[in-house]
Amino acid sequence: MKRLIISAVMLLLPLSTNAGGGGGHLDTVYINLSDKASLQRGARTFVNYCLSCHNAAFMRYGRMAEDLGISQELLKNEMMFAADKPGDLMITAMPTEGSKAWFGVVPPDLSLTARSRGADWIYTYLRHFYLDGSTATGWNNTLFPNVAMPHVLYRWQGYRSATFKGDGVADISSVQYQNLAPGTLSSADYDSAIRDLTNFMVYLAEPAKLVRYRIGIWVMMFMVVFIMLTYLLKKEYWRDVH
Amino acid sequence: MSKFMTWIDERFPLTKVWQEHMAQYYAPKNFNFWYYFGSLALLVLVLQIVTGILLTMHYKPDSTLAFASVEYIMRDVPGGWFIRYLHSVGSSMFFVIVYLHMFRGLMYGSHREPRELIWLIGVVIYVALMAEAFFGYLLPWGNMSYWGAQVIISLFGAIPWIGEALAEWIRGDFVISDATLNRFFAFHVILLPLLLAALVYLHIVALHKVGSNNPDGIEIKKNKDKDGKPLDGIPFHPYYTVKDVFGVAVLMMVYLAIVFFVPELDGWFLEKDNFVPADILQTPPDIVPLWYLTPYYSILRAVTFEWLPGGAKLWGVLAMGFAIVLLFFLPWLDRSPVKSIRYRGWMFKTMLMLFAVNFVMLGYLGTVNPGHVDLIWFKNVTWAQIGLVVYFAFFLLMPIYTKLDRNKPEPDRVTDK
Repeated sequence: MKRLIISAVMLLLPLSTNAGGGGGHLDTVYINLSDKASLQRGARTFVNYCLSCHNAAFMRYGRMAEDLGISQELLKNEMMFAADKPGDLMITAMPTEGSKAWFGVVPPDLSLTARSRGADWIYTYLRHFYLDGSTATGWNNTLFPNVAMPHVLYRWQGYRSATFKGDGVADISSVQYQNLAPGTLSSADYDSAIRDLTNFMVYLAEPAKLVRYRIGIWVMMFMVVFIMLTYLLKKEYWRDVH
Repeated sequence: MSKFMTWIDERFPLTKVWQEHMAQYYAPKNFNFWYYFGSLALLVLVLQIVTGILLTMHYKPDSTLAFASVEYIMRDVPGGWFIRYLHSVGSSMFFVIVYLHMFRGLMYGSHREPRELIWLIGVVIYVALMAEAFFGYLLPWGNMSYWGAQVIISLFGAIPWIGEALAEWIRGDFVISDATLNRFFAFHVILLPLLLAALVYLHIVALHKVGSNNPDGIEIKKNKDKDGKPLDGIPFHPYYTVKDVFGVAVLMMVYLAIVFFVPELDGWFLEKDNFVPADILQTPPDIVPLWYLTPYYSILRAVTFEWLPGGAKLWGVLAMGFAIVLLFFLPWLDRSPVKSIRYRGWMFKTMLMLFAVNFVMLGYLGTVNPGHVDLIWFKNVTWAQIGLVVYFAFFLLMPIYTKLDRNKPEPDRVTDK
């Protein structure tokens, strides 16, 4: 038993801290992939706004529709602005040369952002834009200072400026926003919309997540039974050894 | 049936092999928890080969296609995500198992006479496995794949005179590129699996020649009955086959739980930066290999003394190489008259525990920034330097402390727990 404990500790020790590191002050977002309505709302925001400049080049429209319970008509009429067939990949209509000229960079592919940056990062990033006359787009971001991306959802969130307490360095924990003009959504509704979008992007980063846990539970139940059977089998055979 | 078997046996020693290696291969009856990991390692090797073959059916070893082909497997290939996670989690499981298997050897003296060759072949397997994992890690062509390979290959550049040329020869280019990816693919799917299969075969042949050690570290062949069967031995089949099936079931439950619920294991099994395609212009903030290589990475980074002739990097590489080379000498560094930790004195027990904790610490330190303070008191690099000293002390002082140790008398027959 002592050895079992030692070995268990050995297995767990390196897991006690996060290898990924980084992060710092991020707002936490509640991700719930079984909330189909939230995923659908997030998908609508994604194809209407994000996909105007960004790719999600590893994802197909049809797969999204199938997974999220979106009808083919709705998909074709309301969601596929830059594609003909549901089997097409989610590629932006914006030309690469254009984006380089307009923003200085090609907007990164968003298929895997939820896996590379994390859901909390996306949720925090999209809620921390503010007006800043010193940047090319007129917008800046507290989490990602001097980011090339303008505040695409400003109509929802409204205009606001930011001041930073203390040393004046942009930081989530020291920022204070001053509302200049209200948006079409209340603060709570905006957070909720971004939460839906983040939820969708978590799905987008790994569509298998929709089924992975569900299958996993059945597999675990099978394994428990299998372990019991193999244990009884072993015990039966070993009766004549002890 | 027997007629058929006779026909076979006249042409191929099937029954003979079965008897010698399974039905009449006598293994000590007192195997404990630690003795599961040999068969489990074999299982994971087979699983890695099977899932690996399936992955190659859709994977594209091309720097412009590789990253997308992995995502294609994850999204568009039916069940592709399951196979891919089995493979990526499998590599980590392989090392977990192999480390526990090696620790078992250290505890019970399985490296000692007459099993030195089993140990030596085992260390070669371990080194081949590290190479296999390293080559495989480039294939998803994520940014951490890319920069990890860049860092490790650049280590060869530290070798005086020929270093840079050697690194370039390994890469097949001035930087990690398509040429590197293609050759790593060849090594990962052909060269090293063949080598591993051959080495595992030799490992088992050597094992079955001398017979298994056991937690008491005494030879069961010393006590035989009138038929020449070891009194403390039981036939491997069916006793250990059924026992190992139970072990397999437990392992698979843990393994599949990770695959289905936490395949990234919070960045330990799949790193966040590897979900960004390889980018030569964008270096990840912290370049770290996966956890199973980080103890050695720590040793490499612990050597920071630039005043050393040839520079710190060269000595870091040498220290790292030496840390692995020492494993080969273990059977001869250990001078204790007893094998098992059960009958050893306090010195070996202390050193082994210290070594194990130290190895885990080095592994952890290899994943964090050397300049930060993540443990108590010192910067990570200082802890890594202490870890380096402990690592080498365990081996280099072994001839002394194993000789001085006050051991307990070994029993004549194996004990039950």
